[in-house]
Amino acid sequence: MALVEIRDVYKSFQRDTQRIDVFTGLTIDMEAGSFTALMGPSGSGKSTLLNLIAGLDKPTSGVVRVAGAEVSAMSPGELAAWRARNIGFVFQSFNLLPVLTAYQNVELPLLLTHLSGKERVERVRIALDVVGLGDRGDHYPRQLSGGQEQRTAIARAIVADPTVILLDEPTGQLDAKSSQEVLTLLQRLNKEFNKTIVIVTHDAHAAERAKMTLHLEKGDLVEKRAAVSGAAR
Amino acid sequence: MKYWHLVTANLRRHKLRTALTILSVALALFLFASLRSVVTTLHTNSQFGGARRLVAMNKTGIVFILPVSYANKIKGLRGVRSVSWANWFGGKYGENARDFFPKFAIDPESYLGMYPEIKLPEDQKQAFLRERTAALVGKGIADKFGWKVDQNITIQGTIFPGDWTFTIRGIYEPSDPAIGDNVMFFHHEYFDERLGHAGIAGWFVVEINNADSAAAVAKEIDDQFQNSSAATKTGTEKEFQAGFATMLGNVSLLMGAIGTAVVFAILLITANAMMMSASERTGEVAVMKTIGFSNRTVFTLVLVEAGVIALAGAVIGLGVAKGFYPLIKFQGFGFLPGFNVTPLTMLWGLLLALGLMLASGLVPAMRAARLPIVQALRRVE
Ligand SMILES: Nc1ncnc2c1ncn2[C@@H]1O[C@H](COP(=O)(O)OP(=O)(O)O)[C@@H](O)[C@H]1O
Ligand SMILES: [Mg+2]
Repeated sequence: MALVEIRDVYKSFQRDTQRIDVFTGLTIDMEAGSFTALMGPSGSGKSTLLNLIAGLDKPTSGVVRVAGAEVSAMSPGELAAWRARNIGFVFQSFNLLPVLTAYQNVELPLLLTHLSGKERVERVRIALDVVGLGDRGDHYPRQLSGGQEQRTAIARAIVADPTVILLDEPTGQLDAKSSQEVLTLLQRLNKEFNKTIVIVTHDAHAAERAKMTLHLEKGDLVEKRAAVSGAAR
Repeated sequence: MKYWHLVTANLRRHKLRTALTILSVALALFLFASLRSVVTTLHTNSQFGGARRLVAMNKTGIVFILPVSYANKIKGLRGVRSVSWANWFGGKYGENARDFFPKFAIDPESYLGMYPEIKLPEDQKQAFLRERTAALVGKGIADKFGWKVDQNITIQGTIFPGDWTFTIRGIYEPSDPAIGDNVMFFHHEYFDERLGHAGIAGWFVVEINNADSAAAVAKEIDDQFQNSSAATKTGTEKEFQAGFATMLGNVSLLMGAIGTAVVFAILLITANAMMMSASERTGEVAVMKTIGFSNRTVFTLVLVEAGVIALAGAVIGLGVAKGFYPLIKFQGFGFLPGFNVTPLTMLWGLLLALGLMLASGLVPAMRAARLPIVQALRRVE
């Protein structure tokens, strides 16, 4: 059984009188420990797919399962608690709350757990060390570079040890060097810590870092191939 | 509460705006407490009055006078124990309008006999009674002007012109705040003499034997003078005070209406400021929900934030009202003796703050709780 199962998913949006059909019977599997790059032109449904996996949105029909739990059937209340335990999400921008320090931002998911204050400190320290920002805990987002902000967001996404880490164009606004840093970090998380990662990207070079690339076109899976230069198992 | 730092971080986001919002809540509640205290003080004072004291005044109104000679006729009526009389004496002391205090010409022996609420040492009382030009002053004004016993003071007459010099022989403290600790009493005899023995009284105070006969005695007095040059209107002291309070009450009603409008305007501005600061954070709320914060937690955080602002404003506004007026010994320039911010006023102020918190926090909190994550994120990106 795959870790992420997308089964015959239909998704349409209503915009004024127009109906936009994004997915018409999409089926995808993602294995535990996989590192998947999601590519495709703008509007092909990449973000929508991540939202469905994270339970931020519901399919019009079909089933989304993560680690055996039927995400598409959960109530909003169940979803919030489920997301806190199972999903780490990184957006292209506006990830961090500007009024909180990097440390406090990373700590946010842990506030929703039963961990003690001491355990939280420990976990946040580890997460910040992993992304190479152990000494930036008390910096505010505006005091960090774009790359550091995204790494902080990644630290927040991994701190509660979720089932899946989802990233929607995390390098979209970064310069080449920062992008490389972030991608190297993701590769490390996948290899060393066996994290399951799904990343949306426009950049073919970025996609090469993943083990698997999926191409979406108008909501259809048009290509699925194992990356050549990506680390084979 | 492990979320507390999220609330304080948001309050620190725009420190100046937060401070101004808190201050405007404080101002609104200070105004509220002040206006309500005017009303409660008037009400309390209107309740003042011994049940066995009647006041007889000119039927036409309190500013009209009566002949002092009525005293003997009233004394002869059945059920009357004693009679005293008094005149309102305008007069100025000092240049400042704020320095105003009430001054009464009284028949000393009978008046003090009827008002045990006016407390002073026996030797001072005797000294005051003995001397025609003696004055008895409240502790409040004595402290304010630094007056001592045996000191001379000069009042400039206004209604009754000329310089009037008195020697302070006694300083009293009222056992009932409605008496006021800012009144000056002096001998009616001295007053009468300077007026060429005009023989006028502003009103009579009549002590009766039995409180139950108040209505009967009042009617008897009024009947007695019905066909005289000046007819009287007699009622219990309570009614007299209530009439005085109503006169002031009309003024304070107008004041209250304006004040209420001001308070509400400030509260609306405050509520608006709080709503604006919440709507700026749509994207942040969406991020928190993505992390797994529940609708209820998000709701509570926004509401608590509004609550902190409202409560801080309430503590400052009500605290200042409670501390400030006693500090400057505020008595409404003599018209509001015993001015006091009551615990009930404080409670109402707190309830008002609570209402403000709900009014300003509920809508943004609900909006935050209901915010659909996907739409909000699309708007941000
Ligand atoms: N909440 C929404 N309301 C209306 N239309 C939407 C909404 N979300 C996505 N869409 C539409 O669905 C299509 C796929 O969007 P999206 O998943 O964001 O594409 P991508 O991330 O691949 O660029 C687009 O045509 C977009 O306009
Ligand atoms: Mg997208």
